[in-house]
Amino acid sequence: MNPEVQVAVRKATPAYNGAMNPPSKPELAATGASPRTASRPVIKAQAKDLNFYYGGTAQALKHINLELAEKQVTALIGPSGCGKSTFLRCFNRMHDLYPGNRYEGEILIHPDNVNILARNVDPIEVRMRISMVFQKPNPFPKSIYENVAYGLRVRDVKRRSVLDDKVEEALRGAALWDEVKDRLHDLAFNLSGGQQQRLCIARALATDPEILLFDEPTSALDPIATASIEELITELKVRLTILIVTHNMQQAARVSDYTAFMHLGELVEFGDTDTIFTNPTNKRTEDYITGRYG
Amino acid sequence: MSDLSDTATQVSAIRAMIARHKRWDVIFSMIGLAAMLLGVITLLALFLDLVLDGYGRLNYEFFTSFPSRHAGQAGILSAWVGTTLVMLVTALAGVPLGVAAGIYLEEYAPRNWMTDLIEINVTNLAGVPSIVYGLLALGLFVYQFDLGQSILAAGLTLALLILPVVIVATREAIRAVPGSIREAAYAVGATKWQTVAHHVLPYSTAGILTGMIIGMARAIGETAPIITIGALTFIAFLPPSPVSTTPPFVSFDWLLAPFTVLPIQMFSWLSRPQVAFLENAAAAGVVIIVMTLAMNAAAIWLRYRFRKRIKW
Repeated sequence: MNPEVQVAVRKATPAYNGAMNPPSKPELAATGASPRTASRPVIKAQAKDLNFYYGGTAQALKHINLELAEKQVTALIGPSGCGKSTFLRCFNRMHDLYPGNRYEGEILIHPDNVNILARNVDPIEVRMRISMVFQKPNPFPKSIYENVAYGLRVRDVKRRSVLDDKVEEALRGAALWDEVKDRLHDLAFNLSGGQQQRLCIARALATDPEILLFDEPTSALDPIATASIEELITELKVRLTILIVTHNMQQAARVSDYTAFMHLGELVEFGDTDTIFTNPTNKRTEDYITGRYG
Repeated sequence: MSDLSDTATQVSAIRAMIARHKRWDVIFSMIGLAAMLLGVITLLALFLDLVLDGYGRLNYEFFTSFPSRHAGQAGILSAWVGTTLVMLVTALAGVPLGVAAGIYLEEYAPRNWMTDLIEINVTNLAGVPSIVYGLLALGLFVYQFDLGQSILAAGLTLALLILPVVIVATREAIRAVPGSIREAAYAVGATKWQTVAHHVLPYSTAGILTGMIIGMARAIGETAPIITIGALTFIAFLPPSPVSTTPPFVSFDWLLAPFTVLPIQMFSWLSRPQVAFLENAAAAGVVIIVMTLAMNAAAIWLRYRFRKRIKW
């Protein structure tokens, strides 16, 4: 993958204002799981009637139905505590790390149609296929090289030449190669916050995931670093399916193709990003995107 | 309308109040200083007294001589060799067990009342008087396992003694590794063991080593459990050497050899009526303290070295 290939940034509107843009597509009356969109995309994953309980009792997600379109960016927006991060973390079974958490329902991954929440599916197998980038950059206190190579090391890749190639490819994919190629064996902590986050993206890319999850990837970064991560996300969707949680509605408008609005553990509205931001059907969605609460 | 003279009265009232409140700062800093000096000066005085008493005996012969009826010829050779070997057994037995138990409790154990019960009791074990460990070891190691009054029995006894310290230190060190680092490892598909072995353990090495050395520093001065299992007080030979020039080159006979340790040697000299032996006891005391301080210094150095590249 050549990073110089610039993918056209779909929307450059810095501050997306619903009132400014008329709906670009005729509105369809579709509701429920499928995004309200004219062209039917290829579905990569779908959540079916997903419920999630923290500690066995507190219900954090209620009957979520959502489809992830392949090689598209889907954004999850909503006020704090609405369950968007909880939902995202279901996709790589992060909740299994803590006792008492319980899933109900399914998340199917296509093309093999496997329910990744099923009891007989190993969470590690899920995480091998679906990578995640966290809110705060969390590099290991190891060298830049070892950080990127770690996912390959747990896959028993030992050949130096393979590792070298994969590390370079991932760092190029994360638009970090030129900045670090002369100091691959420096500690990752010596990088700036934005570089650390791109390093974490490279670590997630090195294992060729089918889906990449972003949990508010820019909330700890300054505006310039944020812009570079957003540009990166737009480039990455050429080859993978992306699900991103963001607090920042402008960010959702800039990077995503589909947007889901969540509130109090429910999926309130899901559709084309254009439609959601210009012509929401639900009152709560409208109130949120026009800044009346959240 | 504000009156200037009024403001002046107010300001002086505020100043008086602040001065009144600040008196407590002065009073407390005096009390604190006195409390601190009391502790430090007493310890320093004790140490200096020991050094002054034992100074004349701290020479090469003292370290290379066996105990003797003549105070002037008596040395601590068998005692420091015994202490070193017992500490070796303690470290080799206590540290792997303690670290493994700590990792299990922190990373693997299911969260239920059994684990809670075990956790509380591990902490309580650290407070059990050491002589109780001595009695347990006498029954278990000396008689039941028939290890006799040997270096092995003593090393294992002290290993039991430091086990809770090592477990608690390991758990605290492991807990200091942020959850985000664990999640990062799991997120790329690592198993629990890969996460522990590649990340959690390496990043908590400093804390674990510190705990180990604190445990060893406690064990090196222990007298009661060693006396209980029957260490000798007068021993004029060394355990068989662990290495030899003839095959198979290594021998473990030393593990079952009789022994003595520094605190016991010191205790035995203190109970002699002759003043000259008190001098020997003081010198042995200085050696124990210096060994302990050296271990603590090593702990500080290791902590510094291992934490240098880790910041969170």
